Amino acid sequence: MRREARYFVIGGLLVAAGLAMFVSPFASGSPDGLERVSIDQRFDGTAAGHALEGSPVAGYGVRGVGNDRVSAGLAGLVGTLVTFGVGSILFGAVVRANARRSAGGRRAAAAEAGVAESG
Amino acid sequence: MHIPDGFINAATSAGAGAFTAGGLWYSVRRAAETLHERQAPLAGLVAAFIFAVQMLNFPVAAGTSGHLIGGVLAAVLVGPYAAVVCLAVVLGVQALFADGGLTALGLNVLNMGLVAGIGGYLVFAGIKRVLPKTAASVSLAAGLAAGISVVLASAAFTFEYVIGGTADIPLGALLGAMVGVHVLIGVGEGVITAMTVGAVLRVRPDLVHGARGLTLVRAEPAPVAGGQS
Repeated sequence: MRREARYFVIGGLLVAAGLAMFVSPFASGSPDGLERVSIDQRFDGTAAGHALEGSPVAGYGVRGVGNDRVSAGLAGLVGTLVTFGVGSILFGAVVRANARRSAGGRRAAAAEAGVAESG
Repeated sequence: MHIPDGFINAATSAGAGAFTAGGLWYSVRRAAETLHERQAPLAGLVAAFIFAVQMLNFPVAAGTSGHLIGGVLAAVLVGPYAAVVCLAVVLGVQALFADGGLTALGLNVLNMGLVAGIGGYLVFAGIKRVLPKTAASVSLAAGLAAGISVVLASAAFTFEYVIGGTADIPLGALLGAMVGVHVLIGVGEGVITAMTVGAVLRVRPDLVHGARGLTLVRAEPAPVAGGQS
């Protein structure tokens, strides 16, 4: 990555982490659009509990942190960093795998072309 | 917009999951072809930014909130296929936070990744074509397409619910309610998307996939040609 793009990623990550830590604790707690419709149309009761309800960060709060806003802010920070880590590692891996595959393809094509020319 | 477990029956969820898995596999392949390895952290940043901003629920009506989906935002920044992968990563991480059902993960990636991301990107491309070729047009097209993408995703949910919903809700009532509230949420989606794309265009226009081909990138030394590919 060019030097300044690295700064862009670091700066962007700081913005994202700042929003997740310091703004998300003040976000609206009202039901979102789908939840509102499910309540109004009376099918909210069909929602099942989440399989990972026991997760230490379930419901965007860190279990054991007493202050709700601190808990939400920490959960936001953890989620933002985990998403960045998973995303950049996954994208890096698939791009490298693709580059290897196409390099292999080019070698095979070159070898074939060589055979065709000599034959 | 995150579907919990229980709203849509197992068969429909599984069918949507299989379809989405295919779409995600194709998107991974296409994203891997179009991105450079140096862009991997950038795509990771887009996913992280969407995770963060999805936490910022804003009020849209009495007792109702909405939050960014980010499909069009991701698609305009890193391309539609990478956007699908970004949304899949975001939704996967959100499952650890007990947000969005596990059996509904395929449905959620379908609605917020494939429909909002790729569908929304097609809307973006169409709007961009009829606007003057300026940076402001890219931001405007991104904002409009983002707003429309939320409505598309809400319509997709309605379609899925009609097929496999576990309660008997009349189609007209459900569609009207879903589209009605998501038009309001779409306004927020559009404003956030246009502002974010606009900010990136001011700082690093060369990093905006949706601005490719426009000569609005500030004069810079040409990159060394013919190095790769």
